[in-house]
Amino acid sequence: MRGMSLIVQTVARLVAGMLFLFGCYIVLHGHLTPGGGFAGGVLIAAAYILVSLAFGSVENVEQHRYTFSSVFESMGGLGFVLLGLMGYVAGLDFLNNLWADYGTPLRLVSGGIIPLANVAISMKVGAGLFGIFLALGASRFVMKD
Amino acid sequence: MLESSFVPLLVAIPLLGAFVIPLLSKLWEGFADLVGNLVSVFLLGLAVYGLVHLSTGATGIVYKMGGWLPPIGITLVYDSLTALVVLITNLVVFPALLFSTRYLDQYTGRWKYYTLFMLLLAGLNGVAISGDLFNMFVFIEISAVASYALVAFGTRAEELEAGFKYMVMGEVGGLAILLSVALLYAKTSTLNLADMSQSLAAGGHTTFFWFALGTILVGFAIKMAMVPFHSWLPDAYLSAPAPVTAVLAGVFSKVVGVYAMSRVVFNLFGLSRTTAPAFFDMLVAFGLVSIVAGGLLAINQRNYKRLLAYSSVSQMGYILVGFGIGNYWGVVGALFLVVAHAATKGLLFLSARSIERSTGTRDIDSIGGLEKSMPVTAWSYILGSMSLAGIPPFAGFFAKLLIVLGAVASRMYWLAILAALFSTVTLGYLMKVIGKVFVGRKSTEPTPAQESPPMILLALVILVVVVVLFGIGFQPVLDWVVQPAAEALFGGLAYARLVFGG
Repeated sequence: MRGMSLIVQTVARLVAGMLFLFGCYIVLHGHLTPGGGFAGGVLIAAAYILVSLAFGSVENVEQHRYTFSSVFESMGGLGFVLLGLMGYVAGLDFLNNLWADYGTPLRLVSGGIIPLANVAISMKVGAGLFGIFLALGASRFVMKD
Repeated sequence: MLESSFVPLLVAIPLLGAFVIPLLSKLWEGFADLVGNLVSVFLLGLAVYGLVHLSTGATGIVYKMGGWLPPIGITLVYDSLTALVVLITNLVVFPALLFSTRYLDQYTGRWKYYTLFMLLLAGLNGVAISGDLFNMFVFIEISAVASYALVAFGTRAEELEAGFKYMVMGEVGGLAILLSVALLYAKTSTLNLADMSQSLAAGGHTTFFWFALGTILVGFAIKMAMVPFHSWLPDAYLSAPAPVTAVLAGVFSKVVGVYAMSRVVFNLFGLSRTTAPAFFDMLVAFGLVSIVAGGLLAINQRNYKRLLAYSSVSQMGYILVGFGIGNYWGVVGALFLVVAHAATKGLLFLSARSIERSTGTRDIDSIGGLEKSMPVTAWSYILGSMSLAGIPPFAGFFAKLLIVLGAVASRMYWLAILAALFSTVTLGYLMKVIGKVFVGRKSTEPTPAQESPPMILLALVILVVVVVLFGIGFQPVLDWVVQPAAEALFGGLAYARLVFGG
């Protein structure tokens, strides 16, 4: 059997979903509460890493997982740069907050481009961390041979 | 749209390239080449535009990211020193990327190389335009981390070893810089260079001041491989892919080492020869150690790439001596040598790779007479060597002449004599390579070799033209690029006035 013991698998099955949701919450409320794209992205990556560790798909990672993390990471970075460039489209400075809105407490849809930037950062950080994890797992696999 | 809007593009465009390349190259491998080269051409255009924009009279552009005012917001500063650094960066990166299109034929994972190269480029441009000490550190680390990965790109055992060694040394340097940034932040409660410089000027030359300066300079010295910290350099330069070596030797050491160091010493700590003579004498001493050690280590090398690597150590010593002399002509000479050496070393490392590509060896004793079989490569190497050694019509000569003049003007005659003397050592070891590899003796048969493909020759010819133009046209280069940059340095705290618009 690949992966860890039944106890770990059961706990992971319970926790992973909540971890993922909590990560999403931290990302989406980044402009209102402590946290943001980076912290939330790390939590989302942690959910994926937990599942991978518990169910033991570290040592036989398929190519499509690398592609998945690489595509998401690139899209996150791309999104952030494009958000920055949108300042030019509006005739303002680079990375200008387009609607001059600095966030209203308890209102999710506020803060101009800050929530969007948080989502982009969380994609970059989350997919990047997961990619690092996959790379480390792969190198262990190679060295064992 | 504002006229100054091009400043953040210097970082945003290569970042955009870095993120687009992995996505698009899943569709077609050639996108990596296409996007990489388009980005470098565009950035070269921006660098030239920036230079022209500054020459129309403005002393510098201060760009406020997102419209936030300094010292709260992040500022980007584009003054004449930045313009010089951005120009040489993109001038060397452009032919290096042209060279890469054929160089990468021997590797898989073309898009990984271009992605890392774009990140390296974004980091280098970012260091130059950053008006904030912590952002400068972050950009230094972006370019450094990209370069660690690029040094180990070949993934053979010795390349991984060189990459690891470089990474350990580089990170020690990075941590020294970070420590100093943290100390300065604790003392001045600001990270904006301009704000910090005013706060430091008010504080006086305390022990803390010298400790923070010393720590950050150790970090820069490791990044630019000054002599006590040079051990990573030859292995890293030999193991990296040739275009990366050209960028590391030609630009990386200048931007992350020389530019950051001079910005910190002159504009942040506000030092000058008159206020801190002992400090500048120390710079001269360290520079001299690098000149002598680098030159002596280069003489006995039989590997022409290792020889060039040690020669870089020696030439960086000249730049440091120029700054250490600290009078106007010394600093102008040092900055001119930055410009000249960037193009020259880029050219030499690329043509060295072109030789290695055809002959398959790096040993100067086992090849000869290449002038006949590879005329373009041979002549680009010879012209580059002449510029590096300081033979009159070339840029290297004028740079060293200015440094020697600066030494004489400060009545440091012994320094002028030593600098001139070690210039002949440079000539000596370069002539050894030319004599053995290209001209060859009558008794030995010329090595059979084939000229490199046109794309590689195009890259070489572009750099030859640049080197020759910098030499013949040294007066315009001096007037438009180097002297304004030197004035930006000598302005000292005028940098702060520029940022705060006073």
